[in-house]
Amino acid sequence: MKLYCLSGHPTLPCNVLKFKSTTVMLDCGLDMTSTLNFLPLPLVQSPRLSNLPGWSLKDGNAFLDKELKECSGHVFVDSVPEFCLPETELIDLSTVDVILISNYHCMMALPYITEHTGFTGTVYATEPTVQIGRLLMEELVNFIERVPKAQSASLWKNKDIQRLLPSPLKDAVEVSTWRRCYTMQEVNSALSKIQLVGYSQKIELFGAVQVTPLSSGYALGSSNWIIQSHYEKVSYVSGSSLLTTHPQPMDQASLKNSDVLILTGLTQIPTANPDGMVGEFCSNLALTVRNGGNVLVPCYPSGVIYDLLECLYQYIDSAGLSSIPFYFISPVANSSLEFSQIFAEWLCHNKQTKVYLPEPPFPHAELIQTNKLKHYPSIHGDFSNDFRQPCVVFTGHPSLRFGDVVHFMELWGKSSLNTVIFTEPDFSYLEALAPYQPLAMKCIYCPIDTRLNFIQVSKLLKEVQPLHVVCPEQYTQPPPAQSHRMDLMIDCQPPAMSYRRAEVLALPFKRRYEKIEIMPELADSLVPMEIKPGVSLATVSAVLHTKDNKHVLQPPPRPAQPTGGKKRKRASDDIPDCKVLKPLLSGSIPVDQFVQTLEKSTHHPPVPFLLEQHGFSDIKVEDTAKGHIVLLQEAETLIQIEEDSTHIICDNDEMLRVRLRDLVLKFLQKF
Amino acid sequence: MPEIRVTPLGAGQDVGRSCILVSIAGKNVMLDCGMHMGFSDDRRFPDFSYITRSGRLTDFLDCVIISHFHLDHCGALPYFSEMVGYDGPIYMTQPTQAICPILLEDYRKIAVDKKGEANFFTSQMIKDCMKKVVAVHLHQTVQVDDELEIKAYYAGHVLGAAMFQIKVGSESVVYTGDYNMTPDRHLGAAWIDKCRPNLLITESTYATTIRDSKRCRERDFLKKVLIPVFALGRAQELCILLETFWERMDLKAPIYFSTGLTEKANHYYKLFIPWTNQKIRKTFVQRNMFEFKHIKAFDRAFADSPGPMVVFATPGMLHAGQSLQIFRKWAGNEKNMVIMPGYCVQGTVGHKILSGQRKLEMEGRQVLEVKMQVEYMSFSAHADAKGIMQLVGQAEPENVLLVHGEAKKMEFLKQKIEQEFRVSCYMPANGETVTLPTSPSIPVGVSLGLLKREMAQGLLPDAKKPRLLHGTLIMKDSNFRLVSSEQALKELGLAEHQLRFTCRVHLHDTRKEQETAVRVYSHLKSVLKDHCVQHLPDGSVTVESILIQAAAHSEDPGTKVLLVSWTYQDEELGSYLTSLLKKGLPQAS
Repeated sequence: MKLYCLSGHPTLPCNVLKFKSTTVMLDCGLDMTSTLNFLPLPLVQSPRLSNLPGWSLKDGNAFLDKELKECSGHVFVDSVPEFCLPETELIDLSTVDVILISNYHCMMALPYITEHTGFTGTVYATEPTVQIGRLLMEELVNFIERVPKAQSASLWKNKDIQRLLPSPLKDAVEVSTWRRCYTMQEVNSALSKIQLVGYSQKIELFGAVQVTPLSSGYALGSSNWIIQSHYEKVSYVSGSSLLTTHPQPMDQASLKNSDVLILTGLTQIPTANPDGMVGEFCSNLALTVRNGGNVLVPCYPSGVIYDLLECLYQYIDSAGLSSIPFYFISPVANSSLEFSQIFAEWLCHNKQTKVYLPEPPFPHAELIQTNKLKHYPSIHGDFSNDFRQPCVVFTGHPSLRFGDVVHFMELWGKSSLNTVIFTEPDFSYLEALAPYQPLAMKCIYCPIDTRLNFIQVSKLLKEVQPLHVVCPEQYTQPPPAQSHRMDLMIDCQPPAMSYRRAEVLALPFKRRYEKIEIMPELADSLVPMEIKPGVSLATVSAVLHTKDNKHVLQPPPRPAQPTGGKKRKRASDDIPDCKVLKPLLSGSIPVDQFVQTLEKSTHHPPVPFLLEQHGFSDIKVEDTAKGHIVLLQEAETLIQIEEDSTHIICDNDEMLRVRLRDLVLKFLQKF
Repeated sequence: MPEIRVTPLGAGQDVGRSCILVSIAGKNVMLDCGMHMGFSDDRRFPDFSYITRSGRLTDFLDCVIISHFHLDHCGALPYFSEMVGYDGPIYMTQPTQAICPILLEDYRKIAVDKKGEANFFTSQMIKDCMKKVVAVHLHQTVQVDDELEIKAYYAGHVLGAAMFQIKVGSESVVYTGDYNMTPDRHLGAAWIDKCRPNLLITESTYATTIRDSKRCRERDFLKKVLIPVFALGRAQELCILLETFWERMDLKAPIYFSTGLTEKANHYYKLFIPWTNQKIRKTFVQRNMFEFKHIKAFDRAFADSPGPMVVFATPGMLHAGQSLQIFRKWAGNEKNMVIMPGYCVQGTVGHKILSGQRKLEMEGRQVLEVKMQVEYMSFSAHADAKGIMQLVGQAEPENVLLVHGEAKKMEFLKQKIEQEFRVSCYMPANGETVTLPTSPSIPVGVSLGLLKREMAQGLLPDAKKPRLLHGTLIMKDSNFRLVSSEQALKELGLAEHQLRFTCRVHLHDTRKEQETAVRVYSHLKSVLKDHCVQHLPDGSVTVESILIQAAAHSEDPGTKVLLVSWTYQDEELGSYLTSLLKKGLPQAS
């Protein structure tokens, strides 16, 4: 069993597991931090961005000044932003049988894999994962396509040139494999390969392996996966949460008794408490608005935003913010808000019970009804008419490199009354802000990452007790910025096996058993014997049938009836098939009893013409170091009997030999 | 001999009061717990004393499964769980769980408040009953206990309707509940995988009907009309149908929906969009099909206002409530029409007028003369004969059992199924038990070493004839493992007992021992083409693992002695070799 590690990003994993005869890809994460190296794509022509100076080498050589621009000491690529794909060379991706998706954030590289590698398999994901994943992809494609950029820079990627660039460009990995965003057509084609699954659904792969998604508590429809055969179990934990937010709680019990637990997608901000961050978010938001400033919240169109809106729903009246407009701007804003209300089955208990009333599970329905929350596909159109300040705007993309957020950064950046509040943990907020510097607006960092922290992980591992843990290398040491925090790493026994991008791990377990079905007719013919109390044995000779990776034992065929001797016998017909196995023997021969039996005639009184049935009268027994030798003097036959062996040495008298053989066998157990 | 036993307490050769007991591998499951709309005495509920007369039902049933929210499938549930007494799990899908208590309450109100029945279940009992419900998701495998598992499949029919697979080990039963195999305006078609159950229990309401396409039925539908419906289910489909028709034809006649329940009902549909058909799911963001523009709430006063109108009123079989009230008001006018869009149970007014009765005896010996036109249009979403056959084909069961239909029609379908699929088909009456012997195979763990050894041999080109796998089955408690004999010995701490034979074969040969050995070698080589025959440097010859050594005879120099030595495992070959060698060697040419 092997694990091919295609992504180095611990929260956007992409691993391939080879298990029995199947090849299973676990998640398809797309590392978008690469876009931080690019200039933002403004919706409206931005004089500031277009007038940034070109970058030149220390020696004044300015041949890169078309591709690279400088802003407040940082260098950015002036080009269509590009993403860092999972490794495509480590393993032939056309051999991947299935892809298991754990949550909508971990499927963003799907079109690259399904459309460009010869992949012909099936993708499995839950319905909310697919629907919201589709929205995230749609938004991404829309953000990038609606701002066509003529330039596609590639000169800087040249290895010799990249070496000369300042950090972080210099250290960017695998820039030659970075790719532009996919098209909507590719997205649709990729999504058409997905088969919907429900939690605790058992999905058979080729009869060899069973996969099952389990609720992971992190997002709508988010799952962990069990990949198992009848005797081996691998758990894949990716993006899980034990906090009570909107999704169904995490199913921990089903992870028990794993041989291997692959652990990815832990919190990216292990030191921040999500509850505290939400509090800080609300108070900073209120403070800014009360002072007449605007609040910008860069965010994804689904996920934490639902929780934020719910907090605000409870908070705005008490904080006196009821007259402040809240805007949610995204090409998929409406869809996201609508979809969130129809996935009752995937929600936590409290929200589920609302549906029984029947009421929409999320209170943002009421915010929309009362006009407190308005949503728009973009800043163009209706929004420009309705726009009132001060206001709160939720919009994407959290990288600040594309989407409507770029416009608001340019619009509000110069005033210290305004605040940008970072809640999404995927991008370093300082790097995200770099191309907007110098900024006057306040920047508040309240990352809300509900995924497992290290305390929760160690509790979880104690609870479910996997034999082995496999995780990204980042989790086996404290974060670089907090190298003294030994508590910010995975602590388990035996120590976790770590992986890094482009590595292949041999997973430490050996398969020993496989399920086989014994047909009822065969089972009826077995003769069990009790060897020890509670332990019985039966020897089995049966015909093995294997079809679709399922094994069945059937009764052996009856010996064929002789066919009347019409056919001429060939010499080779007599030659026995050496593959016909004899049972193994065990036990020992009680010599006295053995000899007595030999001396006795098997018939009483002896039948004269059955000579071989006569008892032997000339038996001599000699003791040896290890046992005995029984001598049949007249027959010139010698039987060496020891604890664990019997050796019959005789002349070529088959009848005698067979008689002795059968006598020996009588005293032994057969296996 | 293991067996599966099925006893319908209701819906055996009948429509209504669905309640079927299934025993499979020692587990007892009750499928549905319905009431009968045709009766208002004891017969309206299944006779649970069949399960036990004195004991607690919980001790006799492992679980109860409810297929959908129609009262003929869940109407007896509070009576069963709270009045007879059952505390075990009750499984149903989430939409069923949401809507079921509302219909039960509705039913209770009509029975107690309107008909004044005593000793009926109370609102509190409905609530307590629903607390015992466990929601099941589609395709989720629910482990009822260590052995019994159930799985829900989409059934169409009404929102949240499901078919259920009940499985213990390798034995399984599928119960369809009510289903339809063609998508309609708001729901999708039922689907099941090739799960090959031992038994498929299917409804057969429309066992003899092959329905034409819905389109032509829609056209001649629309004139002042009463449509008795149940608040949830067909009502929503008909609303969508009329809504789109009104919009397309720009019609002005008002459409009313009688009870307040409907708006609430539509809300459920809006919140359970994933359970509707593909088209609605795809477009719900742009337009939620369950937000109706033309359909307004009905007020009792409207019934007397002049002019055309369409009124949806509950309940659907005209046996009580508002639909019956309006019917009585309108029945006398031949310009009016009542359209019965669904099946009507015997004993209901609906059933009477559909069977042609025009003089109805009402309470207080009143006779109501029905002059209005009566139309029957099957919008009831049940599978027709074609659909039932289709489902049987999908699931590939070993046996089929028909419920929820009329005996005569069942008979026809039974023949058809037996002919087409060559499987046995049963149609027990209520209280009659069908017993099916099963022969489950026994799963054991086979050691991979043993299996691989066998499979590798199975891959050999001459592996046409079946090969025997030889091993030892170790049975310890309930853990069964099949291992190689060597491993079994090792695990049990037993030593192998080696049985070896050495046979002296005397050969007349004057040559030296070494040359004899060479002759033996070439002889065996030529005879035993399929075996590994080797001549070792020490002068001995081996055939597979059988050792042959040539030695001089102590007395007779013209004779050589061949010592043929083999273990019991090579018994056949060893025995064969000695008899072969005894015949002598061919003369060297």
